[in-house]
Amino acid sequence: MTDRKQGGRFVRKVADKVRRGPEPQDEDLWERVQLARHAERPYTLDYINRLCSDFEELHGDRYYADDAAMVAGFGRYHDHPVAFIGQQKGRDTNERTYRNFGMAGPEGYRKAMRVMEVANRLGMPVVTLIDTPGAFPGASAEERGQGGAISRSIQMMWRLDVPTVAVVIGEGSSGGALGLGVADRVLMLENSTYSVISPEGASAILWRDASKAKLAAQAFKPTAANCYRWGVVDAVVPEPEGGAHTDHEQAAEILDQYLSRALAELGAMSPADRRRARRERFRKLGPLRDPEGGMGMATGRETPPPG
Amino acid sequence: MSRVGHNIHVSVDRLRQLAHRDGRPRRIKADAGTCPKCDSHYSADEMRRNLRVCPACGHHFAVTARERMEQLGEPGGYVELWPELRASDPLQFTDLKPYTERIVDAEKSTGMGEAIVCAQLEVRHQPAVAAVMDFTFMGGSMGAVVGEKLARACDYAASEGLPLIVVTASGGARMQEGTLALMQMAKTVIALDALADARVPVVVVLAHPTTGGVWASFASLGDVTYAEPGALIAFSGPRVIEETTREVLPDDFGRAEAQLRNGQVDAVVDRRELAERIGRVLHILSRPPGDDASTAAPALQWAQGGAQKVGEAVQALPSLPRKMMDRIRPGSTDGEDAGDTPA
Ligand SMILES: [Zn+2]
Repeated sequence: MTDRKQGGRFVRKVADKVRRGPEPQDEDLWERVQLARHAERPYTLDYINRLCSDFEELHGDRYYADDAAMVAGFGRYHDHPVAFIGQQKGRDTNERTYRNFGMAGPEGYRKAMRVMEVANRLGMPVVTLIDTPGAFPGASAEERGQGGAISRSIQMMWRLDVPTVAVVIGEGSSGGALGLGVADRVLMLENSTYSVISPEGASAILWRDASKAKLAAQAFKPTAANCYRWGVVDAVVPEPEGGAHTDHEQAAEILDQYLSRALAELGAMSPADRRRARRERFRKLGPLRDPEGGMGMATGRETPPPG
Repeated sequence: MSRVGHNIHVSVDRLRQLAHRDGRPRRIKADAGTCPKCDSHYSADEMRRNLRVCPACGHHFAVTARERMEQLGEPGGYVELWPELRASDPLQFTDLKPYTERIVDAEKSTGMGEAIVCAQLEVRHQPAVAAVMDFTFMGGSMGAVVGEKLARACDYAASEGLPLIVVTASGGARMQEGTLALMQMAKTVIALDALADARVPVVVVLAHPTTGGVWASFASLGDVTYAEPGALIAFSGPRVIEETTREVLPDDFGRAEAQLRNGQVDAVVDRRELAERIGRVLHILSRPPGDDASTAAPALQWAQGGAQKVGEAVQALPSLPRKMMDRIRPGSTDGEDAGDTPA
C-alpha cells in the first residue's frame, strides 16, 4: 500500500462519519442494497490484486470442475503468505455469465476447502471475501451436493488452526455467503449487506410477490451497522466518500488497514485460544427468551459501531 | 476473465432420471386422514397406528415432533429437554403479519414452543439423544431457538457419551429472524463437533422437506444419513431453480430416491422400519463394555491386538530362519532377544 499515514487520517475521518450517521431508514436501506451490488463496486479480485504484492490463483476442486464464481489462491500480503478466497462477480455480460453472477456451485466450495486445507497445513492465515447473491440454485448443483459442500465449508472454516478473517465486501446473501463466513474476525464494508436471503428471494417467499424486494430489504435491515449491533460482524470497514465504487484504490487501502490489524491481533493468539473464541463467537449469536429462567441469553450490542 | 463459460450442466444421470417420473412433491397436512396419492381414508387412530404411512400405497404423511418421539422411543416414552426456550423478535419483523403474531399462532395451533423437540430416549434399547424438527411450527424453520436447542442437544449427547439422532423437516433458516437466523447454520455445525470430540455418532433422518439452510448445515453432516420415501431434500427448491435457470426439472427432482442415486444419502428407509433401522445401526456402532472411547481409538486397540497376535504366530514357527524371525518379531531388537543376535 502506498501512503499509510494518509490512509490512517482518512479512516478516522470516514469512521467519524459512520459513527455520527443516523440509523438508515427505509429509503436509505434500499439505496444501500443497490450500493452493495453496484456494477462498479470493487470485486474480490480487485481487492486481492491491490492487497497482495503477488497472487497465484488456483483452479479446480480436484473432483469435478473449476468454478469461476469462486476465486481461491495464495497471495503475498505484507510479505507473508496468506490464502485468499472469495466469490467473484463479473462486470460485463460475458464476464457475468462466466462468473455465474458470483453464485458458486459445490465445486466452488470444494475448491475453497482445498485451498483452506493447504493453508492450514502450511500455517498461513485464511482471508475470505464474501460477495454473492447466494449459492447457485441449479439441478446440477443439487445433484453434486450443494448443501453438503456448504456445510462442509462451514465445518472446515470452524476447524482451521490458522487465523481467519472474513470480509463481506458487497452482497452477502444466504448460506452461499456463510459458507465463507465462519472466521475469527468478520468484517463488513460500510455499504455492504449481509442477510439470510436476497431481498428478491424473500419477496417471492414471504410476500408471495416478486415486486416486494424493497419491502423485504426494509424488513431485514441487513446493513453493516445493524450486523454490528447484532454481533454478527466485529467491525465496520469505512468506504471512500460516495461508496467503494468511486475509488477502488482507497477502498482497498482502508480494508488493508483493518485486515492487517485483525491478522496481527489473531497472530498473537494461540491456535487453541483462537478456536475457543471462534466457537464462543458463533455460539452466542441469536437472542432467545426463557420464560421460566427469566430473560437473558439476549446478545448483541447496544452501541453504534466504532470506526 | 473475458472467456465465456457457463455453469449449467445437465448430466447423463439427470437425463436418465427423466424416465422415472413420479408425482409432484406433496403439500404437508399434519393431521389429514385422506391419502393424497390413493384417496384411502383413515381414522385418526388408524393414522397413528400406521405411523402416518398409508398402508395402501406407502405414502408418508407429515409427523409432528412429539409423535415422532413416540414412534422412535420405547413405550416408556421420552424425557423432553429445554422445552421452555422461546423465540424473540430481534428485527421487529413484519411481512404479511408481525413475526410475534406468527409465533403466537404457531404455538396455539401446534401446542409446541418451537419447531424442534429435543429428548433423551431409547431406540430399540439403544440410549440416545434425539432432536426432532416439526414442520407444522412455521415450516420447521431454524431460528435462534432451534439453533440453540440443537447445539445444547449436541453438548448434552457428547457429555453423556450418547449418540445423537436428528430428524429434520424444515424449509430452512427462519427468515423472520434475518441475519441471526443465518448464523444458526454456523452455530449448529460447530456444535456437532462436540460429538466428534466425544467419539459418538450422529444419525440424521431427512423427512419431507429438508431444504435451504438446514440441508446446508447440520442435516448434511450425519455419520449415517437416512431419508424418508418421497422427502424433498435440496438446498434450492424446485420453484427457485426453475425460475432462476429456466431448467425443466423432473418430477422427482430432489426427492429422497433421486438423492440416493446422487449419492447424497445412505438409504431411503420406510418409516415403519425406521426405529428398527436406527436401533440396529446404533447397536453396530455401540462400544462393548470396557472399550472406552476416551482412552484409545479402536483402530489403535486393534493395531495393538494385531501386533500381539503376529508376535505369537511368529513364536510358534521355530523352523523359520533365525534372521527372518528377528526381523519380523515385534520387539526382537531389545531385551533378551537382543543378546542372542550376533552383532
Ligand atoms: Zn395412499
